[in-house]
Amino acid sequence: MIFKYQVDAAAPELAGRASTEFKSVLKQLGVNAKIIRKISIAMYEGEINMVIHANGGEITCTVDEKQIEVVMADSGPGIPDLDLAMTAGWSTASQEARELGFGAGMGMPNMKRFSDEMDVKTKVGVGTTLTLRFNL
Amino acid sequence: MVVRDFLELEDLKLILEGDLDAEVTGGYMGDLLSVVMGEADEGQAWITIQSHVNIVAVASLKGVPVIIIAQGFEPDEETLESAKEEGITLLGTDLDSFSIAKKLILEKGL
Repeated sequence: MIFKYQVDAAAPELAGRASTEFKSVLKQLGVNAKIIRKISIAMYEGEINMVIHANGGEITCTVDEKQIEVVMADSGPGIPDLDLAMTAGWSTASQEARELGFGAGMGMPNMKRFSDEMDVKTKVGVGTTLTLRFNL
Repeated sequence: MVVRDFLELEDLKLILEGDLDAEVTGGYMGDLLSVVMGEADEGQAWITIQSHVNIVAVASLKGVPVIIIAQGFEPDEETLESAKEEGITLLGTDLDSFSIAKKLILEKGL
């Protein structure tokens, strides 16, 4: 089963909407609550990153019997130094975003921590595609 | 303890009623959303000075039944609507985060 969500950066107040909707889908599918929580947290972080860094994008969630895959693709600025981006506490978020409590520098580390597999393909000036996999 | 028990504290005012019978097992205090996302646990009361709509998404995804907005910050209309949809209770206090946490611990045994 495939579920697609558009992430609109022009409406930052809606950030988290895709994660919340997919969470409801997973509940209906009867997925284990602990796994749902992990997916929700990791997907939310990706969604926020798409809004505050990448001008939005598209999330494709694929559910099969063994795993759930969440692919988050944007045409944003790309990540120049992935190791730095993976470092807890490191952030390039704007002052405005920080005042709202974003930009803790925990987004990428949280995605790594709460997923079973994380793959990042990024190119400066082209965009970033982040794939998270969760074992069922 | 359930969310309803918090209403007995004079310093807390009810901003939006969610599931007042939801169980509360502890608390978490923080204003950086990703840190809260990573560290808060299901069933905890969350104390923060953030009041915009994303706090509801964080609470909902983490299974936090009640958000206490400290230092007199007030949520906007979107936050209220979203909390209503998600069944999350919003409480407000003029106290700072530490002081309300202290009261919850000392006076309510949280």
